Amino acid sequence: MSNRLSKLGRLIDRSKQVTFSFNGTTMRGFAGDTLASALLANDQMMMGRSFKYHRPRGVVASGAEEPNALVGLGEGSKFEPNQRATTTELFDGLKAQSQNHWPNLDFDIGAVNTHLARFLPAGFYYKMFIHPQPFWKHIYEPFIRKSAGLGKAPDAETRDADTYEHFYAFTDVLVIGGGVAGLQAAKAAAVTGVKVLLVEQTAHWGGRAPVDGGSIDDGPVDKFVEQIVAELEAMDNVTMRLRCMGAGIYDHGYALSYERLTDHAPHAAGPRHRLWRIRAKQIVTATGAIERPLSFAGNDVPGVMLASAMRDYVVNWGVTPGERVVVATNNDDAYRTAITLKNAGVDVLRILDARASGGGALADEARALGIRVDPGKAIAKVSGGKRVKEVSICNQEGIGGARDEVDCDAVAMSGGWSPVVHLWSHCGGKLIWDEAQAHFRPDPDRPPLGVDGAGFVSAAGSANGALALGEVLSDAHATGLAAAKTAGGKAKRPKAPNGDSTTETPMEPVWLMPANADTPLRMKSWLDFQNDVKVSDVQLAAREGYESVEHTKRYTTLGMATDQGKLSNINGLAILADSLNAEIPQVGTTTFRPPYTPISMGAIGGEARGKVFQPIRRTPMHDWHDRNGADWEPVGLWRRAYAYQRPGESVEAAVNREVKNTRENLGLLDASTLGKLIVKGPDAGRFLDMMYTNMMSTLKQGKCRYGLMCSENGFLIDDGVVARIDEDTWLCHTTTGGAERIHGHMEEWLQTEWWDWKVYVANVTEQYAQVAVVGPNARKVLEKLGGMDVSKEALPFMEWRDGQIGGFDCRAYRISFSGELSYEIAVPASRGQAFWDALMEAGKEFGVMPYGTECLHILRAEKGFIMIGDETDGTVIPQDLGLHWALSKKKEDFLGKRAQERSHMADPDRWKLVGLETVDGSVLPDGAYAVGEGTNANGQRNMIGRVTSTYYSANLGRGIAMGLVKHGPDRMGEVIEIPGTDGKSYKAKIVEPIFYDKDGEKQNV
Amino acid sequence: MSEPISALNGARIEGIAVIEELGLQGMITLRGDHSDKGLVKAATGATGQKMPGQRQALVEGESGLCWMSPDELLVLVPYTEVDAKLVEMQKALGSSHARAVNVSDARAVFRVSGPNAREVLAKMAPVDLSPEGFKPGDFRRTRLAQVAAAFWMEEDGAFRIVCFRSVAGYVFNLLQIAAQPGSDVGAF
Repeated sequence: MSNRLSKLGRLIDRSKQVTFSFNGTTMRGFAGDTLASALLANDQMMMGRSFKYHRPRGVVASGAEEPNALVGLGEGSKFEPNQRATTTELFDGLKAQSQNHWPNLDFDIGAVNTHLARFLPAGFYYKMFIHPQPFWKHIYEPFIRKSAGLGKAPDAETRDADTYEHFYAFTDVLVIGGGVAGLQAAKAAAVTGVKVLLVEQTAHWGGRAPVDGGSIDDGPVDKFVEQIVAELEAMDNVTMRLRCMGAGIYDHGYALSYERLTDHAPHAAGPRHRLWRIRAKQIVTATGAIERPLSFAGNDVPGVMLASAMRDYVVNWGVTPGERVVVATNNDDAYRTAITLKNAGVDVLRILDARASGGGALADEARALGIRVDPGKAIAKVSGGKRVKEVSICNQEGIGGARDEVDCDAVAMSGGWSPVVHLWSHCGGKLIWDEAQAHFRPDPDRPPLGVDGAGFVSAAGSANGALALGEVLSDAHATGLAAAKTAGGKAKRPKAPNGDSTTETPMEPVWLMPANADTPLRMKSWLDFQNDVKVSDVQLAAREGYESVEHTKRYTTLGMATDQGKLSNINGLAILADSLNAEIPQVGTTTFRPPYTPISMGAIGGEARGKVFQPIRRTPMHDWHDRNGADWEPVGLWRRAYAYQRPGESVEAAVNREVKNTRENLGLLDASTLGKLIVKGPDAGRFLDMMYTNMMSTLKQGKCRYGLMCSENGFLIDDGVVARIDEDTWLCHTTTGGAERIHGHMEEWLQTEWWDWKVYVANVTEQYAQVAVVGPNARKVLEKLGGMDVSKEALPFMEWRDGQIGGFDCRAYRISFSGELSYEIAVPASRGQAFWDALMEAGKEFGVMPYGTECLHILRAEKGFIMIGDETDGTVIPQDLGLHWALSKKKEDFLGKRAQERSHMADPDRWKLVGLETVDGSVLPDGAYAVGEGTNANGQRNMIGRVTSTYYSANLGRGIAMGLVKHGPDRMGEVIEIPGTDGKSYKAKIVEPIFYDKDGEKQNV
Repeated sequence: MSEPISALNGARIEGIAVIEELGLQGMITLRGDHSDKGLVKAATGATGQKMPGQRQALVEGESGLCWMSPDELLVLVPYTEVDAKLVEMQKALGSSHARAVNVSDARAVFRVSGPNAREVLAKMAPVDLSPEGFKPGDFRRTRLAQVAAAFWMEEDGAFRIVCFRSVAGYVFNLLQIAAQPGSDVGAF
C-alpha cells in the first residue's frame, strides 16, 4: 500500500492538517501536499479510468506531465474538469471527483472495453463508422460522444464564479522555468543590468535538483536555491513569479505565461488566473526534462510510476507509493530512486537494469545498501488490476519467456530523460537527435528567429540536454549571460557555480521491454496512457501505411490527449521508426503547439465576460430609452431602441403604434448613432466627388444632398446626407454601422492614393446628440420651443441652419428618411438628454412619442427608400436599385464608375429593385427567394429574385416589401411566386417600390 | 438652460486604485503639419504649452497639448472656452492647411490614481507601464481592452484616460474590474 512516511517531506508542513474529499470520501493531508501526494498518503492509488478501455489508472508522474490522475475539481460554479492531481495544491475543503467511469471508480461498466481491445485497434472509429453515411449523424456520433471525452463539461446553465485578467509585461530577458537552471540563467542575465522576468509553473523554486541530490559549490542544493532566490529577490531589475507557467512563445518575442493565483486558495480575493502577455527581447527556456516511461506489458497498472516521480513523492511529500518496490531502468538515474526508497525504509526488491553491463557508481551504492541489481533483465509483465500485485521478470533480449515472478506493490520505471523542448519549438526552434542520451534536444544553430533574423530563444540546463548537475549550471549560466548580452546587458564575467553529482554510466535506449516482446505483451504495453494507445497500435498504423508521424498521431490518437503526449511521444515515434525501419531523427517529432499544458478559457478571455464581454456603445439618451421600454437592438456595437414598449403591449403593437403616430402626429428618433464625418480642405470638394457617385463639389453652402458611396468595384457601400458647411468644409452623414468603416475608407484613399490632396477628415459622430423630429407636428413643436426660424421659407427641404432651439445651440437639418415633415437637430452630446426632455415635454400637446428603428424601417420602406444592408449586400450596384439619378454623368470619374461599366455590371439580366405586394395582403418572409420556370443543373427551382425588405405597414394595413427581381421594372403588375420556409408559398404582385405619398408632398410642406 | 452632463456624470469607485470619471474637458483635434508655423502658433497660443515631442503630453490644469500622431495634436482647453479658442486658432492658422474641430463632447475622461494605477492600466493596454517604460508626461494612443483610448501620466503618477463618450460605461466597468480588491500584481 501507499502511505505517509514518518519522516521526509521537504514541501509539507506536518503541523498543518488539511481536510479534503475524493469521490465523497473525507481524507486528510498536510499543507504543501499536492492532491496526488495526499491521495497516495491515503492509499488511494487508483485515481481514474482510462479514456478508451476504462482501465484502472493511478498516478504516473509528479508534475505537469501527468496523463492519468485527472480529476474534476470543485462544484457548481467552481467546477472544473480534467485537472491534474499532481499540479493541484491541496487546500482545506478541496473536493475532487475521479473521471471517466460509470457507475463508480471501483466498478465500471465501460471496463468491458478492455476485453474487447482486440476489436478496438487503432483506426477502429475510422474503419467502423464510415458506412453507412447517414448513420454518422444519428447513431454513431451520439454514441461516440457519450462514451468519449474525459471530464464532464460544467453544467451549461452554471456561470463561472471566478474572475480572470490579462497583464501586459515588457522585459529584456524572460526566463521560463525556476529550477536551478532557470535561477542561474536569471542571475547571470540580471547581473548585466537588464530587466529579467523569471516564471515558474510550480509553487516552489529549485525544480527537481534538491530531490536528485549532488552539491553546488560544496553545499547542498537546497541551500544554493535558498541563497540564489534571496539574491534575485533583492535585485530591482528582477521580477519573479511562482505558479506562473510559460505557456507559449510566439513571433517577435511575444510569450504567454499563465499565473494561477487562487487555485490553491479559492477563498482569496482577486482574480483566479492571470494571463501574462509578455514582450521579451530574449527568452531563455529552462524548462527541464521529463522522464520517459518504459514500454512493457501492464505498464499502466496503478502502482507503476516514473522512477523520478516516486523519488519526488518520498522526498518532497514524505509519501511512499508502495512498500515492496521493483525498479526497472535503462540508465543510472533510476538507481537514485532505489537508494532514496531504501534509505526511507522501503523494501526495494530488485533493480532490473536492461543494460547487460549494468550501472556505474550509483549501482555500486545500491548494492552496498543491500539492493539486488539484475543487469540485462527486464519486466515481461506487470499483473494486478487496480493495483500492482506481481512482476514477471525476463531477459531484456528476447521475446519475454523464462520468467521469474516477484510479488510487489509498486514499480518504478525509467526509460531515460527527454528535454522539455516544447517552448523552444513553439515558434520554429529546430531539434537535433542526441544519440548518446537518446533524446531530441534544441539545435542551437537553428533557434526561433526574430525580426532581425537572429535567434530570440535559447534553451538552458536540462531543457538543453545537459543532464548532470554540473553541466546544467554551467550551461544555464552561459545561456543567461548570452541572452542578456543580446538584450543589451553590460559586459560582465561572473563566475558560474560549481555543481557536482555522481558520475553516471551511459544509458542505453530501450523502446520496448523485452526487446522482442511477443504480440500479447505488445498489446498490453502502453505508450499513451491518457488516450489508450499501445505499442501494437502504432505498429499496426505503420503496417497500414502510415509513414508520417503526424498521420500516425491522428490515426492512433497518440499524443492527442490533454497531456499532448508529454510521456508518450518519443517512445511512440521510436516504435514507429522501428516499424518503418527508419532512423528516429528521420521520422521526427509531431509539432509542438502552445499552450504547454492546458490553460483555462477564463484566462484566455481575461476580463471580457459579463457586462464587459463586448463594448456597448450608448448614446447620450440611452438611459432614458432604457427607462421607457426600449426593446434593444444591436446595430454595430451600438444599442438602438427597436421599439418602445408600453406596459402590457407587445413589441409588434408598439411598432404599429409608433408607425401610425409618426405619420399622424409627432415622432422622435434618437439618430445620434448616424456617422458624422467632417471633410475639410482646399481639395475636399474634389475628394468628395471621387467618394460619392453624385456631385458634391457643387453643393451650395447651407444645402444638403443625399449621396451614394461605392467601392472601387462598383458596389454600394454606404449612403447618407452630405451638408456643405463652408467654402472648404463638408459634413458627411454615414449609416450607423458605417461611421468608422467609411472614415477608414476615406483615410485609406487619402493616404495611399491621393496623398498630395489637401484634405483632412474627422469623425465627429459622438460629438452630437441628434434627434429626428418627425411628423405633421414637427414644426409646431420646434416653434413652441422657440428660437431659430424653422419655417418652410427660412429652412426649406434639404437645407440646414445653425442656431438655437429652446435655448440649445444646435444645427438643424431639414432632411427626411420617413417622407414626413422632418428635422434632424444636432446638439452637443452633453446636452442631448436635456434637449430630448425638452422635446418630449413640449411635444405632449402634439401627441409626441419616441419611435424605434423598426418604425424607422417601415416608414422608409413605405417611401421606397433603400437601406444599406437590406437592399444592398455587397453585390448590389446603384443601377440595380434604380438610383441612376444619383450617378453623375458630368463627372469624369468617381470610385466605382469604371467597374459599373463592365459587361456584367451593365447586364440587363441583373436583378432590379421593385416593390412587392402580396395578393392577400400578408407579409412576405424576409430574405425569401422568388422562383421562376424550370430547374437548374442541381434540380432546384430556378430563382428570379429575392425579398430585401418586408414589413407590415400599419398605415396601409397590409404587408409591403421590396425585392430584387430579374427584369423586375419591366414586369409591373405580374404576380410572382415566393416560397417561404414555413411551407407556404406566397404570391406577390410586382409594383413600383413606393407605397405611400408617391408625389412626396408630405415632406415638403 | 440645463448644465452640460459628462458621460457618467462623475462616477467614482475605489479598488486597488481610484477610478474617477472627470467632468467635461475641452478638446480640439488639430490635424496638420507639426512644423507648420501657423499650426504651431495656433496650438501653442491656445494652450500656453510648447509643442509636445513624440508620445508626449504637456498639460497643465485644463490646458495642454498631446501628441496624437505625426500630423495630429489633441489640444486641451477649458470646456467653456472651446468656441473662443477655436476662433483664435483659426485666426492663427491663417491660410495653413489644417483642421481644427471640437470633439469635447465626443469624449469621456477618467483619472486613475493610487499606487497601483500603473498595474490597473497594464491589465488593459499593451503598453510598457513600468516606471522605466512610462514616466510623467508620457502619452500613448492605444487601446483599453477592446476600445480605442489614449492616456498620459501626470506628475503625481496618476493617469488621465481619454476614450469615446459612447463607451465610457464600458471603460469604467473595465477599470473597476482591473482595480478589483486582491488583484494587485506587484510587478512594478
